[in-house]
Amino acid sequence: MLQRREGLAKLTGRERYVDDLPLDGFFWGMTVRSPAPRGRVTAIRFGRDVDWSQFIVVDHRDLPGPNVVHLIEQDQPVLAAGVVRHVHEPVLLLAHPDRDELRRAVQAVEVVVAPEPPALDFREPPRPDQIQYGADNVLKHLKIEKGDVERALADAPVVVEGVYETGAQEHVYLEPQGMIASLEGDTVVIRGSMQCPYYVLAALTHALARDESRLRVIQAPTGGGFGGKEEFPSHLAIHAALLALKARRPVKMIYDRGEDMAATTKRHPARVRHRTGLTKDGRLLAQDIEVLMDGGAYVTLSPVVLSRGIIHAAGPYACEHVRIDGRAVFTNAVPFGAFRGFGAPQTLFACERHMDVIARTLGVDPVELRRINLIRDGQSTATGQVITDGADRVAVVERALELSDWRGKRRAHAAHNATHPTTRRGMGLATFYHGGGFTGGGEVYLKSRLQVAGLEDGRVEVRSANIEMGQGAITVFTQIAADRLGLAPEEVVIAEADTARVPNSGPTVASRTTMVVGRLVERACDDLRRRLGLPESARGDAVRAALRASRRRGVVGEAVYEKPPAINWNDTTYRGDAYGAFAWAAYVAEVEVDLRTGAVRVTDFVAVQEIGKVINETLARGQVQGGVAQGIGWALMEECKWKDGAMTNNQLTNYIIPTSDDVPSIRVAFLEAPYAHGAQGAKGLGELPIDGPAPAILNAVAEATGTDPREIPLTPERLMALFD
Amino acid sequence: MSVLLPGTRREALQMLAAAPPPGAVPIAGGTDLLVHWPQRFAEHDRTYVDLSALADLPPLEWTADALVLGALTTYWDVIRDARAARELPLLAHAARQVGAIQIQARGTWAGNIVNASPAADGVPVLMAYDAVVVLESVAGREEIPLDRFYRGYKQLERRPDQLVVAIRIPRRPYAFQRFVKVGARRAQAIAKVGLAVTHSAGGWRVVAASMAPTIRRCPGIERLLEEGAAIRSPADLLPVIARDVAPIDDVRSTAQYRARAMARVLFHDVFRRTDGG
Amino acid sequence: MPALAVSFTLNGAATTVSAPAAERLLDTLRYRLGLTGAKEGCGEGECGACTVWLDGLPVNSCLVPTYQVRNRRVDTVEAADAAALEPLLRAGATQCGACTPGVVMTARWIVNHPEVLATHTVRELMAGNLCRCTGYDGIIEGIEAAMPAQAGRP
Repeated sequence: MLQRREGLAKLTGRERYVDDLPLDGFFWGMTVRSPAPRGRVTAIRFGRDVDWSQFIVVDHRDLPGPNVVHLIEQDQPVLAAGVVRHVHEPVLLLAHPDRDELRRAVQAVEVVVAPEPPALDFREPPRPDQIQYGADNVLKHLKIEKGDVERALADAPVVVEGVYETGAQEHVYLEPQGMIASLEGDTVVIRGSMQCPYYVLAALTHALARDESRLRVIQAPTGGGFGGKEEFPSHLAIHAALLALKARRPVKMIYDRGEDMAATTKRHPARVRHRTGLTKDGRLLAQDIEVLMDGGAYVTLSPVVLSRGIIHAAGPYACEHVRIDGRAVFTNAVPFGAFRGFGAPQTLFACERHMDVIARTLGVDPVELRRINLIRDGQSTATGQVITDGADRVAVVERALELSDWRGKRRAHAAHNATHPTTRRGMGLATFYHGGGFTGGGEVYLKSRLQVAGLEDGRVEVRSANIEMGQGAITVFTQIAADRLGLAPEEVVIAEADTARVPNSGPTVASRTTMVVGRLVERACDDLRRRLGLPESARGDAVRAALRASRRRGVVGEAVYEKPPAINWNDTTYRGDAYGAFAWAAYVAEVEVDLRTGAVRVTDFVAVQEIGKVINETLARGQVQGGVAQGIGWALMEECKWKDGAMTNNQLTNYIIPTSDDVPSIRVAFLEAPYAHGAQGAKGLGELPIDGPAPAILNAVAEATGTDPREIPLTPERLMALFD
Repeated sequence: MSVLLPGTRREALQMLAAAPPPGAVPIAGGTDLLVHWPQRFAEHDRTYVDLSALADLPPLEWTADALVLGALTTYWDVIRDARAARELPLLAHAARQVGAIQIQARGTWAGNIVNASPAADGVPVLMAYDAVVVLESVAGREEIPLDRFYRGYKQLERRPDQLVVAIRIPRRPYAFQRFVKVGARRAQAIAKVGLAVTHSAGGWRVVAASMAPTIRRCPGIERLLEEGAAIRSPADLLPVIARDVAPIDDVRSTAQYRARAMARVLFHDVFRRTDGG
Repeated sequence: MPALAVSFTLNGAATTVSAPAAERLLDTLRYRLGLTGAKEGCGEGECGACTVWLDGLPVNSCLVPTYQVRNRRVDTVEAADAAALEPLLRAGATQCGACTPGVVMTARWIVNHPEVLATHTVRELMAGNLCRCTGYDGIIEGIEAAMPAQAGRP
């Protein structure tokens, strides 16, 4: 198996991240932020103890273009202009050669805000004086309708209701956000930690009123993203560029952990209400689901997060009558944004916890409940997408039960629980799915383009804007290209993601890199072979010979995304094929609960998934294990605490993520039912593993203790309150 | 900021004595003082006396009747001491939960005492073992029992010219000893509740951390144990806990949770285990 | 701010650096000596991304004032032998790589001191190195694979 190509550079500390890049004659840049969640900026006071002539100071008036960070809606300013909508909103930018003096200077600026009433609890309807968006602060309302839910609920022998809540989650990529802007001739060059170089380019084009020929965005090795470096880096890039343009020298901005946690995006908090009609033996008759998400102070990506959330909300089950009503609301929280799973973890937590609530209510075995309702080939999802992928979803569950020794352990736990004075053990299951790639027509809209070029030295170069952030893109693209052309991995080069050199193959998000972009690598390899005048069967030496013969000409193969013919989606009615392919999974968690403290320890975890095709086993397993650990954190310990719209535990001492001693060995198994339009048959994998752990763990706690937890993170404080 | 680099213990004491108010700050492992250091401007302006290179501070030492920890003795020093693991096992239990190896290797017991965090992990076990703080200044030595060392939140019985040069822990047989740290995760999180409980010929010691402005003994609970009071449920302990300590709501937990977790741990780990014994 | 001349042994070589009194070892290594392997992940001794060895023991270099390393030994990830890191690579111990230099320093210390496994598990010893990508299995398996045969197994 091919080892991670940049692995040794990382292990030896030689990999250079943005803050490691050599840079001469530069200024550090920092941000002055709003102290209040909502209000008018009435004054900005510069402290007397600072010699301000030594500082570069940028405010909203320094923007060459519109004061907007270009995204779905053009509502978020680069720098607040008189009005602030959330705590930590950027107001001023400062630059100085000495970092310590800069830190003191930031503290010496006072932003005076005349406060206005903020909306801080997304679950409460806003008072009139809290309304800041439309008539009710709802920034997006989406609906999915299938069949006749009201009638099916009225006719159902049993109706089970439940309300489930999930909290914000911080990404905690180990490398905080960072960006360098410099001027090379007339070109503004950005180097930094990011998932989507072309998003950054588009935002710069807009805010700097500068055409693409005078802008260049280069991704530096990126120390984790998880969605946190999807849309946010555009802000930092514009900030750094504004300072560099004014300073006429390079500017480096590196957030420290406290600023990164307090001021950047997080997973959307959500509340999901289920009303489910069933037969007495547990067959689903109707699902009525309401989803409410906190968007925070600007739209960012919330409409799309809500969309993916509601599409996944009904779970991997067949049901003829489904209504899903989703709303994302505006509040004065720091804006929420992209995070691995993108709305689906919230709704799947609710769905899968609700399945166990149903099982308990009906007295049905939770495994049996899932077995009878899991979607079968020929049946359709909530959006009416008919599933015909040949994946055996029941087999996925069976494998998880077998690997976890579900039956044997449940017997052992019953014996333990009957006698042990202070601990309770339990097992929990979650079955779920995750759609790969952009939703609906998203991939068509992106028109992703990718090249595979013959180099002068006889190697081929994959030119893509999809970046490596730990998930393994470099290695997987190498493997796909090498396999396609019959070359050795060393004969494949992955180009640096530099907008001056690589075409726009779309953002590195949405579990699309291997499945969608990997397929473009294959097709660009095919195109290269055609341009070399080779038959489709040519591989290895034939390709090498043709590459050698053509190397002066610089032959470049190219591929542009083409929609698989059978995929049809209607964005107005929210009907049709939401995704080209779903990955399917069944996760089992075993827990031990300490009745003295309410602490929950995950003692075993089994993650089984069907992902089309495993391209690199070590990387795929690592993605699952990492996602599960992140899910364990979200389920049990990661809690953002807020005061007046500001995160108060913005330190790793107080925002607790799992250590090696808090997670068990995570046991992973894959099933494969190849997807015709994915690279080598692969489906998306990156996000799937964050969907399952929280419901599996809470189901296990419920089983172990007889309690009925419905909110995460299930901290010891929350669980203790359920003990009485 | 200025750093004074004494070559001897005597020099260090002189530097402390000579420093104008508010005094110089002795620094050893730095694991508390350097947290978020770049943002702590006010502390950059102070004067520090570096102890880390002093060769003449006492090392970890066993005497006939005591274990003496020196001013620079680290958690790791104690974890690696096989005799400590046998005789005074709570020291190593607590040390292993202070933080990871990177903290254990640098953090000192004396630093844990003078940092005076109400959530400290080392202090409760030292207090439950009746440790005595040995202070030295140019004016001479002074010894203060640890359970009388804290006057209030971050307030110590230590003058700015005094240095903690040693911590003396009496050697005696224990019939019962237990340390429980309730944290947000298993490994190296700051305590929501810390409890150290010992029973020897000297009586019961029940020490609570994160339950009051200082780490302190719980005289009401100790009395219940001395008396062999019949406790039927954790709830029986809550009124006594309410008198002994004063937990608060903060960024790490709630007052209610802290009291209940303390009651449950005491009930299951102490009162039930010592029934009739 | 007054600068101090600090002489110490860095990766086996005698080194003298002039650093302000308030400087942390992490910043001296990264910004003064060009050794950018150690990373700042939190600045509070929680994440371990800045782990180096001080006199042979792993420490968080964000919590070490540079003046304290005078006359002492500091070893950083840059001195690691790439061949010895193969087991970590094969096990999938690195993904994004930001925690990796710190992970490697603690891992190498464990591998060099198998006797600590008589009292500690690898998971406990690695708890000071937060990783957000791997779920830790790759790291733990990599260390176990790199351990000298049978050494120190309890």
